[in-house]
Amino acid sequence: MKIVGISGSKVGSKTRTAMNYTVKSINENYPEADVTLIDLADYDVQFSDGRNYLDYEGDTGFVTKAVMEADAIIIGTPIFQASIPATLKNIFDLLPVDAFRDKVISMLVTAGSQKHYLIAEQQLKPILSYMKAQIVQTFVFIEEKDLHRKEISNDDVLFRIDRLIENTIVLTKTFKEIRESKEAEYGF
Amino acid sequence: MEKYRIDQSKGMEFGLYTLGDHIPNPLTGERISTEQRIHEIIELAKLAEQAGVDFFSVGESHQEYFTTQAHAVVLSAIAQATEKIKIASSSTIISTSDPVRVFENFATIDLISKGRAEIVAGRASRVGLFDLLGYDIRDYEELFEEKFDLLMQISEKEEVNWSGQFRAPLKDAKVIPRPLTGSMPIWRAVGGSPASARKAGNAGVPMFLAHLGGPATVFKRSIDAYRAAAKSSGFDPSELPISTAGFFYAADTTQQAQRETYPFINEGMKLTNGQGFPKQHFAQGADPHDVMNIGSPQQIIEKILYQHELFGHQRFIGQMDFGGVPFDKLMKNIELIGTEILPAIKKYTKGK
Repeated sequence: MKIVGISGSKVGSKTRTAMNYTVKSINENYPEADVTLIDLADYDVQFSDGRNYLDYEGDTGFVTKAVMEADAIIIGTPIFQASIPATLKNIFDLLPVDAFRDKVISMLVTAGSQKHYLIAEQQLKPILSYMKAQIVQTFVFIEEKDLHRKEISNDDVLFRIDRLIENTIVLTKTFKEIRESKEAEYGF
Repeated sequence: MEKYRIDQSKGMEFGLYTLGDHIPNPLTGERISTEQRIHEIIELAKLAEQAGVDFFSVGESHQEYFTTQAHAVVLSAIAQATEKIKIASSSTIISTSDPVRVFENFATIDLISKGRAEIVAGRASRVGLFDLLGYDIRDYEELFEEKFDLLMQISEKEEVNWSGQFRAPLKDAKVIPRPLTGSMPIWRAVGGSPASARKAGNAGVPMFLAHLGGPATVFKRSIDAYRAAAKSSGFDPSELPISTAGFFYAADTTQQAQRETYPFINEGMKLTNGQGFPKQHFAQGADPHDVMNIGSPQQIIEKILYQHELFGHQRFIGQMDFGGVPFDKLMKNIELIGTEILPAIKKYTKGK
């Protein structure tokens, strides 16, 4: 199972901190999973100009191909100006309309204010649904107070991330089994 | 319709097209040589002609896994190897070509073939050729509109005076040679959306409508939009031919047809578009109202006749070698076309 973790912003460290723990936990608890962390701060990704994702080169081509090859994607995102960051939206814009067909996607949100709680629900989920993702319905919402010096200091957040990982992996396996048994019936 | 060399009293035309796909066989992992693939395409055109198929066309794709980038050259060989089948591009990417050279090439193919050549001008779905040929992807729409317009002017006038953004101006330019009868059909390729179909209608030029899969009624919207636009721009829609183009594959049973073609479509899509073809959608393709013409000969006949009743189109062309289906399977398809499918389609659509 290929899992890609995305840290969706070039600004700050909270999302990266949460994603670092996510990847560490996957590696410790699911050694059979092949997980890659893509921190968009580390890549020079160009804006979408409408071409097929295979036609991008360099960092842009690397990121789009890694995302398209994943079975599951864990998106970590901060909230800026009451929305997802442009860096993350650009990843969606670079991909085909039904890019997330047969992929399970889960979300982890870091925010400076509780007022941002529904942003993932109202802005991120509709994008993922439109792109045909199977969404892990429950997401993890992390606030400033849950972190201290680039570490998660709230055990409840650690537990919630672990449950998010488990749900992502269980759903990916389950949907794959359901799909394969259905496809076997088609007879072609 | 005479202007476009179409005689509706003989029934709907049936054609075949190829993009020159060249991927490793998904069942064996082996890939035939480019040379073999090109010769098989020329051979396929000959066999299609012998089976009574009306039309054969070759498209250009400049990315990996294709062989017919120089499609006009391949068509020239086909012109020489055949005697009565219509031959065309499907399509010529006019956006990244010089319309003068395109017209010269196809007028020459028209002379070699003694009046059988047509041009289908499109704008490319993958855009790698913009870099390869030195064009800016941001001019995607405008390049197509300007160059298509110039191509039409060259076709309609012996002497062209023209100036535009993407090519040196033409002053009293005589573009020669001229086609055998003075003109040849030039079609506008449309990718499926009603907005694009409307532009073809506004220009009053014949439309080639591509369809992959989905309910035929969805594509009817583009056909209606095309005819309405043509009418409101002062053209008579009954004088403008429409061709559809999509998947085709026949085998003794529908299940067998799906089994034989799916791995090629799925693998071909993955390599050339980056995503496979979902099995669920492909399975739905067998529905009589889905536009995908894949199945037993009887099922295909029923689907094509249903589409004909719905669209009122003059030609359907099928792509049966998507992903590079092996030649023996293509020969079997040609046999089923010649002995079962074509006679039935002609019988039920002629004299209308």
